[in-house]
Amino acid sequence: MRNAFAEEITKISLMDDTITLLSGDIGNRLFDSFKEQNANRFFNCGVAEANMMGVAAGLAASGLRPVVYTITPFTTTRCLEQIKIDACYHNLPITIVGTGSGLAYASLGPTHHSCEDIGILRPFPNITIFCPADPIEMRLGLNLALKKDGPTYIRLGKKGEPNLHKSEPKHFVLGKSNELRSGETVCIITTGTIAANAMAAADQLERCGVSTHVESFHTVKPLDTNSLERLFNKFKTIAILEEHFESSGLYSAVAEWALKKTNVKNRVISFGVPDKFLHHIGSQNYALNHFGLDSDSITKRVLNSLGVA
Amino acid sequence: METLPSLENIASKLRYRVVEHSHRTGTPHLGSCLSCIDILTALYFLEMNVDPSYPNDPSRDRFFLSKGHAAPALFQTLAMRGYFDYSDLLQSKHNGTDFFGEHPPTPEHLPGIEAATGSLGHGLPMATGVALFGKIKNLDFHTFVVVGDGECNEGSIWEALAFASSQKLNRLIIFVDYNKWQATDRSEDVMNGSDFFSRFKSFGCATQEIDGNSISAIVSAIEAAKKITDRPSLILSHTIKGKGISFMENDNNWHYRTPNKIELEKAAFELGIS
Repeated sequence: MRNAFAEEITKISLMDDTITLLSGDIGNRLFDSFKEQNANRFFNCGVAEANMMGVAAGLAASGLRPVVYTITPFTTTRCLEQIKIDACYHNLPITIVGTGSGLAYASLGPTHHSCEDIGILRPFPNITIFCPADPIEMRLGLNLALKKDGPTYIRLGKKGEPNLHKSEPKHFVLGKSNELRSGETVCIITTGTIAANAMAAADQLERCGVSTHVESFHTVKPLDTNSLERLFNKFKTIAILEEHFESSGLYSAVAEWALKKTNVKNRVISFGVPDKFLHHIGSQNYALNHFGLDSDSITKRVLNSLGVA
Repeated sequence: METLPSLENIASKLRYRVVEHSHRTGTPHLGSCLSCIDILTALYFLEMNVDPSYPNDPSRDRFFLSKGHAAPALFQTLAMRGYFDYSDLLQSKHNGTDFFGEHPPTPEHLPGIEAATGSLGHGLPMATGVALFGKIKNLDFHTFVVVGDGECNEGSIWEALAFASSQKLNRLIIFVDYNKWQATDRSEDVMNGSDFFSRFKSFGCATQEIDGNSISAIVSAIEAAKKITDRPSLILSHTIKGKGISFMENDNNWHYRTPNKIELEKAAFELGIS
């Protein structure tokens, strides 16, 4: 997905000369094409993320559209106050891009995991939180982010993520969920690249006779409550899947919505990272399996909850 | 253009207004405000290319008060310079009003403000971004910043200096209001050490060291800084916290204390305000 991001931002930059790319000493060859085609619009800000975000705010206040790019924990947790004050409080058009989100860097240990980024950014007014399920959503969302007001956080995967949409969704907007797969019995609501596991689980569930709908809630903030109404009305059993701590991410956002309503009788199963750090090193798949976020685990728990062996 | 005596006159008037505002509204950080009045005076009444009737002029010089708790000093300066009415600042501080509080608001709330500082370490990086914009677009404006010496505890200040010097942002001119105190201790004893000047020099700035309470020294330093073509300028300005009022000078109680009526009258007398 980071390659697709690099391609897309280069493409957009050729038509919009306000796009300015700031990187935290990362993306070694990734932006070569961007740099070649755009003089004076790429800046390596070094391993100094607080300053990078502040500089982005200065550029945005002056009329440019900065894009800040580094590994997700460093573009979020590391410079959180700068996001809160310089980006959100000033409501500046800064596009904050985190690459290798969730457990994508499971092999590097907890310093490089980001299972809290949605949670820590969600409280801030003015921010849009966008977690594309696949490269198609990423390209569409990036284009929109670079035209809108205010700060936008884009939560990327790393590499090799397949396209899950069969074709480009029509009328794609930030803030409105998109159907990845239609079904009748159970609904999986998901955000980000882990949607691939939702799709695989849906296939497995289908083979067990359980028709499964998968909905990409790529935008966690603002949350598409219309879509939630529709889905909670249609499906008795809803699974919520995210590559993020169970507390504070998409599940929490939906729970907040649900608690305000008086008529929520659905069975909701949450799939997220539990309240612990993962000390063991391994691949992303190892990490996701470890936390029960792989398609087998998802399928099993959904079947159990339906009382189907 | 103002002459030196008239600039000193303006500085005295600003000092009085800051003290009066603190007395009337209970706003703290008086010592921090008073130490940088001369820098603000030199900038807004002589050196900066600004037009208060056109605060968003893209070609304007920019000013960032990175030590945002000195906002009362900035508010008084902007009012006297004509960005808004002094009478606005005379309103009582009460709940729910558009505030002239302890820190600058975001720019759309008050003409003349470039950034909502108040958390230390933010103003300089933002100013660096604005200076970078100027360089990218090859524009003439200068970006001035006042940073506190206590504020230099924050790592982001040094990140900004390193970045600014690497990017050769020569139109970024930074004053460090070196009043030797921070909130609870002498700044030398907390983290700044005894050779503060060398730290800035080693970060690649064109570094000067001046009497930051002398308007003529400030003006000379700015003129020298404007001649630098390849690095940001860092003007380490030795100031006195509480400068201008004898019983406040170098007394760190005035970081938080606000003056009573008698102290206000004494201040007026010392500043030559009737």
